[in-house]
Amino acid sequence: MSVDAPPVTPTIAPLTRRKDPRQQTQRILNVVTLFLGVGIWWALSATGINLPSPPEVLAAAVKLAADGTLWNDMLASLTRVLTGFALGTALAIPVGFVMGWYAWARGLLEPWVQFFRTIPPLAIIPLAIVLMGIGEQPKIFVIFLAAFLSCVISTFQGVVQVDRTLINAARVLGAKDGTIFAKVVVPASTPFILVGMRVGLGSAWATVVAAELIAAQEGLGYRMQQAQIYYQLPTIFVGLIVIGILGLIMDRALLLVEKKLTGWQERR
Amino acid sequence: MNTDERPKIEINDITKVYELGKEQFYALGGVSLTLADNEFVTVVGPSGCGKSTMMNILAGLDEPTSGTARVDGKLVKGPSPERGVIFQQYALFPWLTVRKNVEFGLKTARVSAAERHERAEHFIEMVGLTQFADALPKMLSGGMKQRCAIARAYAMNPSILLMDEPFGALDALTRVKMQEHLLHTWEQEKRTVMFITHDVDEAAFLANRVVVMAARPGRIQKIVNVDLPYPRTEEMRLSREFADLRNEIWHAVYHQSPKSDRTDAITANQESEKS
Repeated sequence: MSVDAPPVTPTIAPLTRRKDPRQQTQRILNVVTLFLGVGIWWALSATGINLPSPPEVLAAAVKLAADGTLWNDMLASLTRVLTGFALGTALAIPVGFVMGWYAWARGLLEPWVQFFRTIPPLAIIPLAIVLMGIGEQPKIFVIFLAAFLSCVISTFQGVVQVDRTLINAARVLGAKDGTIFAKVVVPASTPFILVGMRVGLGSAWATVVAAELIAAQEGLGYRMQQAQIYYQLPTIFVGLIVIGILGLIMDRALLLVEKKLTGWQERR
Repeated sequence: MNTDERPKIEINDITKVYELGKEQFYALGGVSLTLADNEFVTVVGPSGCGKSTMMNILAGLDEPTSGTARVDGKLVKGPSPERGVIFQQYALFPWLTVRKNVEFGLKTARVSAAERHERAEHFIEMVGLTQFADALPKMLSGGMKQRCAIARAYAMNPSILLMDEPFGALDALTRVKMQEHLLHTWEQEKRTVMFITHDVDEAAFLANRVVVMAARPGRIQKIVNVDLPYPRTEEMRLSREFADLRNEIWHAVYHQSPKSDRTDAITANQESEKS
């Protein structure tokens, strides 16, 4: 049996990724703007405005790092964020799936999710402190709530938008509900879940600092609060910059995971 | 063998009614049709004639309001890998490579890894995608995607292929090539095919028999036998005979008797009764 050559000659995008010159200029501009920003900051602080200069902030950072305070604070804040975020998404993903898959679950749960979503997590803090004291619990709870709410919504939307045709295609290939769920619904909603996780991480991070501002013995938010009382502007700057950098690193890490897991998507 | 006597597919007086507010809409108003084993039947008609509904009922993805659909004498209840379906939107799993897409159904059926690979390999080669076996669907053109979907359906070794406007989203040139490719594949591995299309040319070129349907209610208007032998060639496509055939089908599709007046009258009556 001879098989003819395929009658349709395919043209596809090159598989290997070449260095995009435009991307390189972007990189260069990114670095340039970094120096530019620090330069403007330095210039402003030199004009006599009440701003600490970059070397002052650097000195404060070195001092805080040397005596271990900075690492302790980072560890404390990161532990809270990651615990709350992990618990929040771990619950959000199954709840989101159930809401998307079963109409009855949607009917029961969606009003509550939508209601709590409209309350800023920060507004829960007073209640959480009254009910759970000033230990780790209320802080982690508030972060958990923030991460849960943003992740549950997008997981649920991810399941709802799964292409009907894909489900039908799986059915005619002999797949039953369990297989369809695991092999079609889960992968098809992964992009949505990851977007939800990124948003959840953002709000978890935003919430932790606020929670620490109110009641804590350590943490980046607490340190800034203390610095405010003693008028230590450089320390406040160190706190802000470290929070920014940590948030950025975590977001990039999730973006990397997203690229790995959802590279199959057709982007228009 | 008496199995040859029995039709492969029997559609017996199927209706499908949708309620649109107070009105009843007959997507199918009593359709009967039989297909013999290894027959290639195309179904052509205007939109709303219920051709896709009929196919979905055969696929087991939809249920008729009344009437029965039988395959090998057995009542159709839900989808089965024995009836392969090709969708217009390809419906490839975008996160799986060509090979994994083709193996999807085999994996579900717990076919051993060795046999899975072998079968996938064979059908990927049959549709000419060997070079792209490990590519993701996003790397493929529309025609290649549909060939992957055809390989995926074939891999389950179905006795029936149901194709719902599979080439409808392709450009005219690719479509012609895909038609030739499909016939080539079909002649290698014969199956009973029901092929839905709105393209008169396509309907005539592919089929043993062309079923022309009409809308409101969805019904069979005319069945045209195509006496051209396989393999079908370009000369046939350009021949006098083919042109006549196309004319006949064209007239049946585009100059349908205004039977719809009757059903409009029925629904109008029902409405006046209710109000």
